[in-house]
Amino acid sequence: MALDRWIALVLLSTCLLYGYVAWFTMDANLAPFMQRKPVWPSSFPKILSILGTALSLVILLGLEKGEQVIGEIDHRRLTDYKLGQAVLMLALMVAYALCLRPLGFLGSTTAFLVAGSFILGERRWHVMIPVSLLTAGTIWYLVQEILGIFLRPLPFFLGN
Amino acid sequence: MLEGILIGLQTALSVQNLAMVIGGCLIGTFIGMLPGLGPMSIIAIMIPIAISLGDPSAALILLAGVYYGAIFGGSTSSILLNAPGVAGTVASSFDGYPMAMQGKAGKALTIAAIASFAGGTVGAILLMIFAPMLSSVALLFHSAEYFGLMVVGLSAIAAFAGNGQVAKALLMTVLGLMMATVGLGSLFNMPRFTGGMMELQSGFGFVTLAMAMFALPEAIFLVLKPKNMGDSGGEIKDLRITRAEARAIAPVIGRQSVQGFFIGVLPGAGATIASFLGYAVERNIAPKHEQDEFGKGSIKGLAAPETANNAACTGSFVPLLTLGIPGSGTTAILLGALIALNVTPGPRLMIDEPQIFWAVIMSMFIGNFVLLILNLPLIPYIAKVLAIPRNYLIPFILFFTLMGAYIGQNNATELLLLVAFGVCGIALKFANFPLPPLLIGFILGGMMEDNFARSMQLYGGLSFIWERPMTLGLLIVAVLLVLLPGIRALRLRAKGV
Repeated sequence: MALDRWIALVLLSTCLLYGYVAWFTMDANLAPFMQRKPVWPSSFPKILSILGTALSLVILLGLEKGEQVIGEIDHRRLTDYKLGQAVLMLALMVAYALCLRPLGFLGSTTAFLVAGSFILGERRWHVMIPVSLLTAGTIWYLVQEILGIFLRPLPFFLGN
Repeated sequence: MLEGILIGLQTALSVQNLAMVIGGCLIGTFIGMLPGLGPMSIIAIMIPIAISLGDPSAALILLAGVYYGAIFGGSTSSILLNAPGVAGTVASSFDGYPMAMQGKAGKALTIAAIASFAGGTVGAILLMIFAPMLSSVALLFHSAEYFGLMVVGLSAIAAFAGNGQVAKALLMTVLGLMMATVGLGSLFNMPRFTGGMMELQSGFGFVTLAMAMFALPEAIFLVLKPKNMGDSGGEIKDLRITRAEARAIAPVIGRQSVQGFFIGVLPGAGATIASFLGYAVERNIAPKHEQDEFGKGSIKGLAAPETANNAACTGSFVPLLTLGIPGSGTTAILLGALIALNVTPGPRLMIDEPQIFWAVIMSMFIGNFVLLILNLPLIPYIAKVLAIPRNYLIPFILFFTLMGAYIGQNNATELLLLVAFGVCGIALKFANFPLPPLLIGFILGGMMEDNFARSMQLYGGLSFIWERPMTLGLLIVAVLLVLLPGIRALRLRAKGV
């Protein structure tokens, strides 16, 4: 089965789950005065669940005619591309999200930028480290001092 | 009117106000380039500075300059990085980014600058002429008509879909609408689809979703396929547009200046709907061979949303200045600033404080001119961002993507959501599902449901559809838009093409 049909199957399941919540659970605790209104919080989601299910089925069953188009990257030959680097970059983003608060903005950002460049093949440490430090410092100053959005600069054990 | 124009010119051309408009445009352009910081955030940040000026004309001129600059700056990041920071510039990336990837970044930015200038300037002329009249037209639109207008906007998405892609585009739209229902709805004040998670009470963040659907998959594709980087490597070979290209985009700019302005006048519509509708209309009326170029680097596909979003920004000032009703989130913030300065916008503003009304309009001309003369010479330097080596550029794009999501919500969970959505975006991109419709559905979803619910409550059911002729007309247009690709395919098949 082609990838778009697999995705349509996932989306069909999502729409059915969404529809189940909208049709069968959402109105359970609706106040009596709300029940007398012509529109309920579940009204719009109910319409969407029907539309979503129908459209997912159209794709899943291949009812719309058209030639199969391979996107920018052929997913059937993923190993021909730099798949390892891509996965590592995504993992690095997750690590950044988890470390931002405990390690502080300056340390996490510098580490993210240096590690990102390293994963992609950069080995000029004398460029990577100063550029990353400078970027982290400048962005922190702009966001915290100019825009007034709080970003803890240092790790939690060093205070605010 | 002539007297008003002269008063406005006198006020707008004072040294202080000129400095405000130039400063506002510059600040807006540079901050607007950062994904995640749209006009609303920038204007909100600038309000204390504007109020501290003490002069309502100067304050409004500064904030209007920031507004225009931010929209232009947002276009720049859309075109060069495929990272639209604001909803109004999403459509600019459809053709702007492919142009940059083909080594035509300079040309794309030039077209964006000229189209923005033309859209803003024509919009200001129309504002001057039609402001009093249009305010009464805008009042005719009730929630039923807004609902109809949004259905038209979403149906126009069929225009984004290629052959055999209509169902995918529509499914993405519905998915976007579904995502918009997550959280506390403004109308019902009841958590929906949150699964009991507090983090989802305020719904998904627009910036997070925009970054996840555009910037993140694009950056990961650049990792997967390194040669995907622009052929030019950031070298701007040619900023000029040829006479033939100018002839091709001139009618687009003309049409979209007017259409964008009128859409901007409608409260709630604004630059986003204007740019998407502008793109859809131009694609649908283009000859068949040009339609295929849309989405692959068409100059018309870039000029249309760029003109329309700037014209709509100008149009959104009509309900603000003449009725005191903000037509968009950005003008709502401007309204707050005006009230803080003891100015009450409304029908009497033109009579009681003509210097403010006309100075703002005149400053729009000056602001657009300033943006053009500042940005055209800066284009080669702005586009140098593409010359940054891949090993540095990609981590930077990913970092700004993360920062955009973080700044928007100030919540580290948002970063995990960004990565999760980003992975979904990558999978959808692999399977050739169009991603822009998802974002459009998400942006319009909240407003659409509000207007739908209000209409249902007012009419006690679905009777608003046939009881309001304008709504019925709009819904018929929407159905036709959905059916149009199918009819076109049938006709081509009948002709044996």
